[in-house]
Amino acid sequence: MSARLARGLRASLFWGPVALILVYMTIPAFVVLMTSISPSELLEFPPSGFSFRWYERAFSYPDFQNAFVNGLIVTAFASSLSLLIGSAFAYLVDRYVFAGRAALEAVLASPLIIPHFTTGFGFLLLGADLGLGQSYAVVIATHVVLTLPFVSRTVYVSLRNLDPALERAATNLGASPFEVLRRVTLPLLRPGMVGGWLLAAILSLTEFTASLYVTAQRTQTLPVAMYTYVREYTDPTIAAISALLIIFTTALMLLANRYLGLRRILAIDAH
Amino acid sequence: MRPRPFFLCFFLPSLAAALLLVAALGEIAQYAFRVFTPGSLEVGGFTLDNFARLARPIYLSVLGDTLLISLATSLFTLLLSYPVAYAMVRAKSDFLRSLIMLLAVTPLFTGEIVRTYAWILVLGSNGFVNTVLKSAGLIGAPLGLLYTRFGVIVALVQFSMPVMIIILATTLAHVDRNCERAAANLGAGPAQVFRHVTLPLTLPGVVSGTVVIFAWTMSAFSTPQLIGGGKVLMISNLVYLQGLSSFNFPFAAVLSLLALAVAMGSLGSIRPFVSRLELKAAIN
Repeated sequence: MSARLARGLRASLFWGPVALILVYMTIPAFVVLMTSISPSELLEFPPSGFSFRWYERAFSYPDFQNAFVNGLIVTAFASSLSLLIGSAFAYLVDRYVFAGRAALEAVLASPLIIPHFTTGFGFLLLGADLGLGQSYAVVIATHVVLTLPFVSRTVYVSLRNLDPALERAATNLGASPFEVLRRVTLPLLRPGMVGGWLLAAILSLTEFTASLYVTAQRTQTLPVAMYTYVREYTDPTIAAISALLIIFTTALMLLANRYLGLRRILAIDAH
Repeated sequence: MRPRPFFLCFFLPSLAAALLLVAALGEIAQYAFRVFTPGSLEVGGFTLDNFARLARPIYLSVLGDTLLISLATSLFTLLLSYPVAYAMVRAKSDFLRSLIMLLAVTPLFTGEIVRTYAWILVLGSNGFVNTVLKSAGLIGAPLGLLYTRFGVIVALVQFSMPVMIIILATTLAHVDRNCERAAANLGAGPAQVFRHVTLPLTLPGVVSGTVVIFAWTMSAFSTPQLIGGGKVLMISNLVYLQGLSSFNFPFAAVLSLLALAVAMGSLGSIRPFVSRLELKAAIN
């Protein structure tokens, strides 16, 4: 009995703090959700009523409408380009030996280390000197470079886990290298590529710091427009957008976990 | 030598992306040595003055604050993340493991602005914490949590935890459970097993996670910008002020290079350390 008690005590000594830490991690999201449906401009707990007025305002605010469309354009191009380049790069690193490979790897992984404001500032200067200004091309290039390490890592992990016997078998049965790539390798890589593309899209959609540098009023993305709004107004309109983004990403995570396995995308599990 | 079909198809896109990034960083390096002309975006000839300006007390104190905040953030992040990562990897039920992972990792993907704004709602003078404390009768006047280093660190720790948890969970998942079982069989209690077996085996993850978070916090922008509200300045905020408010591109470039050097230096410093630890863990 006392042994069981001791074990129970020990378990609660562990799980109690873990639960508290998880509360700390999730409470901001809950506060955002609560604020977004509150009718009042001020924060109240519990909310005095229920209203969608902040959602209406968020949807009808022209800056957000433009920024949302801009963001979708940038994300669509950036994540797709990132997928193409990142997959090609992962394949390159996995399959080929060539001079300068280590240098190329170091450069393309470096956005993980380089502060986003440095990358953004660099692309701002580059865009200015190339006469491109703060155009879509510059924004998209910045997002491609920033998301590339995530795509190539995810695809690389899938490549490593791929059974080389399958490709050899196809070759032995007479498939040309192109056919092997198209009918064996690519289909086997699809989960990793979808995961990488998803990661790139989310990161691009929510990227803020570098975007602040490389976007202008005309090309600004949603996070930049939200930042501008927060600095000018204090009402909970941003809570409504934030709530939608939180719900959207949570749903996406649930789906990704269900169909692709979050642990695999994040490369947590031991192989 | 294996045949190399399609080498160029795979090589050229990667090369193009790498060259773009190198060009962007080259621009920063180039601007750092140019003379700033107030009121103009055009820069003048070659100079080292921009670097000398770093030694002014105001910039040194911002650098000191940045290091202090990054250090505190990385240590608190480690302390809070370890138990969560442990629970995420070791919980017996599948459902619980998935739940913890979703709760722990999702904040990473909502974006800086959403996360920062959320903390403004939590920490503000009419915010969640103050409202709850006031209605519980614990405080009379609202606590000033926003615009303080404390508030900035509280928010930064929450942002950093998903990354730390992923790194620690990866390391924990690779720990050979037989080592723990052997220790337990030899009479070690759960606390001893953890202290003498599990913790040492996960030390590489602990060290690399802490340094990664340190470097990542060094480059945090929106949190000190919005939660610090101009009262807490980090290097990132100075770059923004110099670059996009004063249009002093040369000095902003110097500050960017400094941030880059600190980030790369701190991450570079763990490379030999981590491999040595891994080696040590493998031998013992």
